[in-house]
Amino acid sequence: MPSIKVLILRAPGANCDVETQFAFERAGAIAERLHINQLRESPALLQRYQVLVIPGGFTYGDDVAAGKILAVQLAHFLGDALRKFRDREKLILGICNGFQALLKAGLILSPDEEGPIATLTHNSNGRFIDRWVHLQTFGDRCPFLQGVERMFLPIAHGEGRLVCRADWQLQGLLQAGQAVLRYTSSLNSPTNASGNPNGSQGDIAGLCDLTGRVLGLMPHPERHILPTQHPHWTRNSTLGEGDGMAIFRNAVRFFH
Amino acid sequence: MLWEIEIRPKGSDSDRDRVAAEFDLLTHSNDGRRLLTGSARGYLLEGELSRNQVEQLVRELLVDDLVETATLGALNDHLSSDRLATVLYKPGVMDPVALSVVDAAVGLGLPVESVRTFRRYFAPELAPAAREVFFRKVLANEAIEQVVPGPLSLEHLSLGTPYTFRLVTVPLRELDEAGLVHLSKSGQLALSLAEMQTIQAHFRELGRDPTDVELETLAQTWSEHCSHKTLKGIIDFGDRRYNNLLKETIFAATQQIRRELGDDDWCVSVFEDNAGVVRFDEKFHACFKVETHNRPSAIEPYGGANTGIGGVIRDILGTGLGGKPVCNTDVFCFAAPDTPPESLPPGVLHPRKIIHGVVAGVRDYGNRMGIPTVNGAVCFDPHYLGNPLVYCGTVGLLPVDRATKAARPGDLIVAVGGRTGRDGIHGATFSSAELTEESESVSGGAVQIGNAITEKKLLDVILQARDADLYTAITDCGAGGFSSAIGEMGAELGAVVDLDKAPLKYQGLSYTEIWISESQERMILAVPAEKWNHLQQLCASEDVEAVVLGRFEQTGKLLLRYQGERVGELDMHFLHEGRPTVVRQAVWSPPTFQPSKTPRSSHSLNDSLLSLLGSLNIASKEWIIRQYDHEVQGGSVIKPLVGIHEAGPSDAAVIAPVLGSTIGLAIGCGINPRWGDLDPYAMAAAVVDEAARNVVAVGADPARIALLDNFCWGNTDRPEVLGSLVLAAEACRDVALAYRMPFISGKDSLKNEFRSGPIHITIPPTLLISALGRVPDVRRCVTMDLKAPGHVLYLVGQTKEEMGGSHYHLVEQLQGGAVPRPDFTLAPKIFARLHEAILRNWVRSCHDLSEGGLAVALAEMAFAGGIGADVTSTGAAGLSDVVALFSESTTRFIIEVAAEQASAVETLLADVPWSRLGCTVAEPRLRIAGASGEWVIWHSLETLQRAWQEPLGW
Repeated sequence: MPSIKVLILRAPGANCDVETQFAFERAGAIAERLHINQLRESPALLQRYQVLVIPGGFTYGDDVAAGKILAVQLAHFLGDALRKFRDREKLILGICNGFQALLKAGLILSPDEEGPIATLTHNSNGRFIDRWVHLQTFGDRCPFLQGVERMFLPIAHGEGRLVCRADWQLQGLLQAGQAVLRYTSSLNSPTNASGNPNGSQGDIAGLCDLTGRVLGLMPHPERHILPTQHPHWTRNSTLGEGDGMAIFRNAVRFFH
Repeated sequence: MLWEIEIRPKGSDSDRDRVAAEFDLLTHSNDGRRLLTGSARGYLLEGELSRNQVEQLVRELLVDDLVETATLGALNDHLSSDRLATVLYKPGVMDPVALSVVDAAVGLGLPVESVRTFRRYFAPELAPAAREVFFRKVLANEAIEQVVPGPLSLEHLSLGTPYTFRLVTVPLRELDEAGLVHLSKSGQLALSLAEMQTIQAHFRELGRDPTDVELETLAQTWSEHCSHKTLKGIIDFGDRRYNNLLKETIFAATQQIRRELGDDDWCVSVFEDNAGVVRFDEKFHACFKVETHNRPSAIEPYGGANTGIGGVIRDILGTGLGGKPVCNTDVFCFAAPDTPPESLPPGVLHPRKIIHGVVAGVRDYGNRMGIPTVNGAVCFDPHYLGNPLVYCGTVGLLPVDRATKAARPGDLIVAVGGRTGRDGIHGATFSSAELTEESESVSGGAVQIGNAITEKKLLDVILQARDADLYTAITDCGAGGFSSAIGEMGAELGAVVDLDKAPLKYQGLSYTEIWISESQERMILAVPAEKWNHLQQLCASEDVEAVVLGRFEQTGKLLLRYQGERVGELDMHFLHEGRPTVVRQAVWSPPTFQPSKTPRSSHSLNDSLLSLLGSLNIASKEWIIRQYDHEVQGGSVIKPLVGIHEAGPSDAAVIAPVLGSTIGLAIGCGINPRWGDLDPYAMAAAVVDEAARNVVAVGADPARIALLDNFCWGNTDRPEVLGSLVLAAEACRDVALAYRMPFISGKDSLKNEFRSGPIHITIPPTLLISALGRVPDVRRCVTMDLKAPGHVLYLVGQTKEEMGGSHYHLVEQLQGGAVPRPDFTLAPKIFARLHEAILRNWVRSCHDLSEGGLAVALAEMAFAGGIGADVTSTGAAGLSDVVALFSESTTRFIIEVAAEQASAVETLLADVPWSRLGCTVAEPRLRIAGASGEWVIWHSLETLQRAWQEPLGW
């Protein structure tokens, strides 16, 4: 069985590339980090890989808006190559800043005649937030989330609040099964709080495109790979592999 | 032409809310939101752009239609009557967003030449008094920004006019004493008369006068900041004379420890490189440096903190052949956030504004660098008004075969990273005539804003260049800029530098300005000529600028040229060794000791516990912690907030920086400004103990703890201030030797006093000790949250009547008492036994006792774990309940042990003091019995947690 090759795309300010590589390598893939300048020079390089990941970070400083300048680069210089990549039954994953960039580049939700359908913007409390969140998966459209019902993962972002242009579009995303990952409360929680940390519409934490093969999510699966990354690991000696690992294993399994 | 794009938020307007809240704070009113009706942000664009092109830029890049609305036009096209003012950065201040927009627009093929960002505020009706408050204090920080009411009167955005070379010589040889003193003052050289005379004699010998750049180079190199001449100079203290205080105390202790360790010495490089270096594993060393950035943070908190963290990250990158930063720490000292605004001396920012700015500065830089900020502390004391302290630290990993560096003759001097500008030239200001039509002066050296992305790109290429072996030495450009970096790297060789080769942010800099500018995000490399092409290609491939400035040569001379002409030539030996030794006097007379009996206040112990939990030094810092990414890089093992709701205060952070390995680093700190004025010796010893016990509590090996010192003191020209510093340094020496914990690096900041007319505020002696402990196996680490009911609780260590400077005294407004002093014999034994118990997995939770003593520690453990406790003995026979509960005696821990392991633990602890406190219970409450056997503390965990979380729950 040939190894799956993963391209982790670095842009100036990307900073979760190394731990994302570690996660994919643990899942049995060959993961390589490549600077966007090299890919812009020869977009054909993309076709050597089965999975493209845009990792977390602050590309171009998140100047203007989070992920926006990278989104412009992707849309203008790599748009065709990325669509071709997706249409060849390959996988694209955007984590945090990668999700922001993919969404703003129109690679998850195609814009309609009035423009983009959704965006990711400042958290409702106006601040950057690092905390762990409970997530629930919806539907079986997305290969990255096969067999996953719930996950416990950290978020670390200032601009993770999903806003749709109109409520009917939000409802459409929910009904079409594209809102594959939503914030939820802890199973042990006595309250019915939504567990939504940032005011995201529909409690949405992750979206996939209509093919299901392009996934963007705000939480960081690559930060919950090892048992000692779990915030309660000293309370529970039975913890095994981290919840985030499923996403990387699923990506590899998709090609087998 | 100039285009203006004004962007207003749809829905909530957080900048308006922020400004309105500041207005309310300063005016004791609730009018801010009524008066200020809205805010906008925007861009000014210059270039040959058509309206269609600007519209394209707005649509594709600048504006997100779903959350904001934009209007665009020529400058001042949409001047509305409700416009209060526009806030712009002063010309020359770093504007990272503007730079990114230029790059992105050019990338889209649009001819944008230059960009400035702005903020704008709207207020239709404003009385003159309210207007005054907005303009003078609220809308902008005048150190870096300008507030423009009404239309903007700009014609161009670009800066700078060409510089015409003219060599400046300073007639120094003929000056008398008064003339020398005047020259030092007027030229802002900050050199003493003796130093000026030494320079004069040197140039008389050479038979010529110095050029301006030579004099500046000497002033930079001999400055307190660069040469630490006070602590390395002669100090007379009573019957003791120190020829070099640091060398004879802290450094000597390290040398002795290393000698005694012999072949097991685990220090690699101490007090010589940009950071201290110790062994970590087979492949990597760990390095650690902590810096202060106090004055800049007082003037411009955001930029000060921002460039503080940026600078210390470069220290790690400049250690050995380049360390990879793996985590950051930050420690702040502020005046209380509820300081009445009318009590502020002129020119002093409100502490609340400083706190917000400093936290945002660390957040925005650290997060953008992809370095987790894992540990810190915040202290509040009224004496930090006007003089906040901002300590920033970075830990790095350095491959073992990249630990040493040495530039070689013939190596090229290469500058990489950011461009050089006038920002960061001490005291230098832009003249408006030279730069713009505006009549605004431009920020001087004290205030800069960092550009984290420039530094992140620099980091990415440096680590690749290091692994490809493309350079022989590296250092960062910090204080003194090129002058210090190149001067130090070439100290043993000699160097020739062509200053006109440096890439500039704009035209108009003189050769001297280029040489001493402290612009951020620059590093200097020594590159063998045959490696230059490779390095150049690597840098270009990631959009990082690199240029050759000159060459290291075995001449013993520093030769500076501009456009081929010699502008300076200094003897390296004179530059680095020529400074006359400073001699200072130090005295210390201890404050009159007051009786140590702590009077019982009128409050019940139960109430005092809640006051303590809510006192600012103890209260939860969650508001700060969650704004920092503390988990990026994936190494997080013990987070800053722990427990069942991730809300308990961890003693120290632990990271496993090599992914997949279980060897870890514990990072902790000790600081307590309340003790410094009472007993500086005891204070220093106790904060070393605190730093050590924080890392031991989570599982660090006490035989592998390295320490860093950061002294922030008042003006040590005053003998009594210097005396307290000598005592603190002696304590550091004594405790390091007793604990066998070497100091590996340090830094001092010695003039932290604020003067304004009759007002004179001196900070308390503030020693930050940072500890870096090696964790042999992170899977054995312990957190402070109680784990399960039915477990036994022990106090390890001994409570003494040491209430001096305690937080109980603070909240009950009491005085007197002795400052805690560690027992130098017992303390290392306690650390060793506790570590042994942790390694055997016998300790389910462990918390060190610090501010607020036993009762606060128990409360924190209980609410963090959601597990109650019944404490039937405080383990302090013969002491009053107040002392037993709230004394801050050092080297104490509470540990939780499963009942079946209790006797084993008791046996292990046989030769150190311990006592059985009680047990954990399922009921969510904490009860503590006093000496009489009655419950003196009885609270629900919810009450305790709320008291702790509310004060800073912003």
